[in-house]
Amino acid sequence: MPPITPLLIAQVVLILVVFHALLLAAAAMVWIERRLAAALQQRSGPIRVGWQGLLQPFADVIKLMFKEELRPKAADAILFGLAPIISAACAFSAFAVVPFGGGTTLFGLLSEPMKLQVADVNVAVLVIFAIASMGVYGIVLAGWSSNSKYSLLGGLRSSAQMISYELSYGMALASVLLVGNSLSLTDIVNGQSGYWFHVIPKWFIVVQPLGFLIFMTAGVAETNRAPFDFPEAEQELVAGYHTEYSSMSFAMFFLAEYINMVTVSAVATDLFLGGWHGPLLPESLGWIWFLLKVLALLFFYVWMRWTLPRYRYDQLMAFGWKVLLPVSVVNLLVTAAGVLYFGA
Amino acid sequence: MTFFYLFGGIAVIASLLVIAQRNPIYSVLLLIASFGALSGLYVLLDAPFVAVTQIIVYAGAIMVLFLFVVMLLNAPHEDTEHDERVHPLRRPGPMRFGAVLAIALVVELLWALTRAGSAAGAFPEGAVISVRAIGKSLFTEYAFPFEVTSLLILVAMVGAVILAKREARP
Repeated sequence: MPPITPLLIAQVVLILVVFHALLLAAAAMVWIERRLAAALQQRSGPIRVGWQGLLQPFADVIKLMFKEELRPKAADAILFGLAPIISAACAFSAFAVVPFGGGTTLFGLLSEPMKLQVADVNVAVLVIFAIASMGVYGIVLAGWSSNSKYSLLGGLRSSAQMISYELSYGMALASVLLVGNSLSLTDIVNGQSGYWFHVIPKWFIVVQPLGFLIFMTAGVAETNRAPFDFPEAEQELVAGYHTEYSSMSFAMFFLAEYINMVTVSAVATDLFLGGWHGPLLPESLGWIWFLLKVLALLFFYVWMRWTLPRYRYDQLMAFGWKVLLPVSVVNLLVTAAGVLYFGA
Repeated sequence: MTFFYLFGGIAVIASLLVIAQRNPIYSVLLLIASFGALSGLYVLLDAPFVAVTQIIVYAGAIMVLFLFVVMLLNAPHEDTEHDERVHPLRRPGPMRFGAVLAIALVVELLWALTRAGSAAGAFPEGAVISVRAIGKSLFTEYAFPFEVTSLLILVAMVGAVILAKREARP
């Protein structure tokens, strides 16, 4: 049992804060999505529940909690219950290695600065990738254990899509690692501090614009969001992997989806947009800049969903394998050549 | 030390259950759990890169493939044609051979475990730990096996594509 120091208490508090912040982020995403969709469609969206409809997500959660929890008789009980747990657990754990702020002493309460990152692993980027790979199992098992044709097909399609786009995701990640020269997210973010010519921030998006686009596209496909949400839209056409789920299990799948979106945006912010570095604010308040950048990316996510028509499944897979993967390989090669030639 | 027992225990129990229980989907999932425990053991051995790569490649990609195949081929529950009450060593034919082989392997395993104390303990000097060192040795000292492995994977991929290809219509 380690000694109870203020740092240990601060770490435990940090874990709790991150967990609850993710839950709140999912709730906030529900509200942002609905209001933004409404604005894009020139209607008002939820404005009645609480001020400007801010309590709408909480009303939705309460409604979902009161719904009946169903399980089809022929469904495999253990796996049926396990699948949403796997999805949600992977979504939450991926955020454990994402740094969201510089060192902070919590306004002088601590004697030494504490990093705003739950676990500073020096292979952080790979850990995120590993946990994203494990998230596929939640969907596959949900589809299979529901014991219904449509669920199975939806689950298999969705997981095939996720593993196909993981390749381009990884290659775009590898290109950034070449530029950032480290696997630790904190080091990569700290490599983006400072400015060129006092004006242009040294963010990696300037050096790797194509990599950023590939990363965001693959990230959208990984999280099954529009325009790559055919497995989800199958509900309108046929059915998806979460057909047989109701109440909190269903809520867990959507929680997992929103938190995956937040994680992809947070990782993209750390890798390409300079993390928590920004003008005017001191390092210890950098998490405000981080939040603003993540919100900007989430805005793009929602905007894309309600603007672009969705890809058909074969178009989606063809795009992933025949377009995005070769482009990401070429990006990696050009980046490697550039790093070799220019020195860093 | 307790973590070693925890991860080791999970790995052993999960691996035994892979072959001991009947539902093939559960077997795949228990194998994934076993790989997760192995990954934990790698972390305890101060090799975080190998641990994460194990999850990404083995548990995350190869086992998804296994799972797809098992699901799509609709593998049935294991049922033997033989009476469960008859001891495996007394069943005729391949069952008896399999049981004898299993006993031989267990004896060999026990022998190897009792000899474990006399083996070389710590890692040799110059052990490759950090990612930078792994990359360096992979591209200099072990470059040939690296390239051959990638060729092997390419052969497997091309083979899979050819085998799955439909006949061109005349």
